[in-house]
Amino acid sequence: MRLSRWLADRWVMIVALLVLGYLSLPILVVAGLSFNRPSSRLSYDFHEFTLDNWRNPCATSDMCDAVVRSVQIGFIATAVSTVLGTLMAFALIRHRFRGRSGINVLIFLPMATPELVMGTSLLALFVAAGVPQGFWTIVIAHVMFCVSFVVVTVKARLAGMDSRLEEAAMDLYANEWQTFRRITLPLVLPGIVAAALLAFSLSFDDFIITNFNAGTTVTFPMYVWGAAQRGIPPQVNVIGTAMFAIALLLVGASSLRGRRARRAALAAPVAAVGAPKSAS
Amino acid sequence: MTALAHVPTTSGQSAVPPPAPRRGRRRLLPYLLLLPGAAWLFLFFALPLLQLAAASLYDPSGSLSTGYSLTWAFGNYPDALQAYWPHFVRSFVYSAIALVIALLMGYPLAYGIAQKAGRWKNLLLVCVVAPMFTSFLVRTLAWKTILSDNGWLVGLLRDVHLLGADGRLLATPFAVVLGLTYNFLPFLVLPLYASLERLDPRLLEAASDLYASSWAAFRRVTLPLSMPGLIAGTLLFFIPATGDYINAELLGTPNEYMIGNVIDSAFLVRLDYPQGAALSFLLMAAILAVVFLYLRRAGTEEVL
Repeated sequence: MRLSRWLADRWVMIVALLVLGYLSLPILVVAGLSFNRPSSRLSYDFHEFTLDNWRNPCATSDMCDAVVRSVQIGFIATAVSTVLGTLMAFALIRHRFRGRSGINVLIFLPMATPELVMGTSLLALFVAAGVPQGFWTIVIAHVMFCVSFVVVTVKARLAGMDSRLEEAAMDLYANEWQTFRRITLPLVLPGIVAAALLAFSLSFDDFIITNFNAGTTVTFPMYVWGAAQRGIPPQVNVIGTAMFAIALLLVGASSLRGRRARRAALAAPVAAVGAPKSAS
Repeated sequence: MTALAHVPTTSGQSAVPPPAPRRGRRRLLPYLLLLPGAAWLFLFFALPLLQLAAASLYDPSGSLSTGYSLTWAFGNYPDALQAYWPHFVRSFVYSAIALVIALLMGYPLAYGIAQKAGRWKNLLLVCVVAPMFTSFLVRTLAWKTILSDNGWLVGLLRDVHLLGADGRLLATPFAVVLGLTYNFLPFLVLPLYASLERLDPRLLEAASDLYASSWAAFRRVTLPLSMPGLIAGTLLFFIPATGDYINAELLGTPNEYMIGNVIDSAFLVRLDYPQGAALSFLLMAAILAVVFLYLRRAGTEEVL
């Protein structure tokens, strides 16, 4: 009786934790396999513990070349799409103009189109125009599908911003540029950073669109895809685990910084009045 | 990644109307801001779609080496459909089953994190997003290890006789659907979480004060209020899942191939551009039709 009561109160959380377990299982396997010495090239089973894979992750040098190439493409695509998308977000939130709904559709559609269709259509265009495929066609494709996500992310941040802060700055005789530099930009910056991180992770992980537009250039996901037919070197799992760890560190650091900043913001006015001292 | 949570729910329309346009340079400013991004999207998203449309009407007897000519060969469409309709059906069946499973798993997860997790909320949310930090091909390959014939899962299922002595998980429709569910679940959970997080728990208390059973409170209060997130999440799950071919390729066999596998090989292996283009358009049209019908039934078009 008491057990059923306990279950009735908590079943949602129990299911939630089980689902989280399901979501985390492959990560644990990837991390585990990064310490594996496989029995044969085509084996995916855990055979023997080793640190070799972590000691020289670049044992298969074409894999590391592919990782480096993915990072390069990711940086360029992130920089370009963040700039283009942020400008568009400002136009959409801060200005009234003709053709707004058309622009909104143009931004929404890439997010609603299957990647496969975007990949094949770009391939058709590049082939018809006689553009040789390679590094730069991948960059072009990545910027294209990242821009919409940047616009949406920055827009959400801009829309949630109190426009009275800017009005206050203008009232205090700041000109438009000063207001933008000193008030608007710092307030939107977290949104822009989030958009850039999103763009980078989308670019780094993209396989489908890249596969159609890469020519003979090999990015990390394409390397994994090719290797999946021949047998995956265990170092792939090292890269997977390392990416995961880096991302977690970034998230942890940013949430720590956010917490500290919030605490500082709360403490500042109190300290100014000297409340804690008089209280003690 | 949490940005996905914002995607189509409100698409961030500002509550305050933007200032009225002023004369001269100010009026040009929004167009200048939009120009580079819009040009990029036009050149590399819209224009390619037109080119793909043209390619789908090329003379099917042409080839990449001899060149194609646009002969308005509308016959490419029925031909492609006739040859590959089982793959179409399979794509939609697999992604529909995966969607149902994902809803059964994702709703309690989103609700639990949003309403019940208390101070663990952010940590659990990170756990949902965290898997996406590892390359999704690598994660899908990890499922290959988990489901493999001599893995612990198959061993366990064989021991309890849920699986015959030579039963397998890998290379079955089950593995493909499981992979689809896994890979796109976060896209369903995040918008759903964003909706449920805004749900005021006092509404549920009010419902139970008014003698609603917990099921009635869910049906009449929680579910309707989470609708925007539910719709957005369903679409963000369904669209990529239907067009996916990675899971079928890595976890299935040619018997489980979806339409994406066919399109992939049409463009990259068989080099049959007219057929590949026709199939791509059929896929897009089918997805749009399903999405449109769904939005009509769901009674809201604000997502678009």
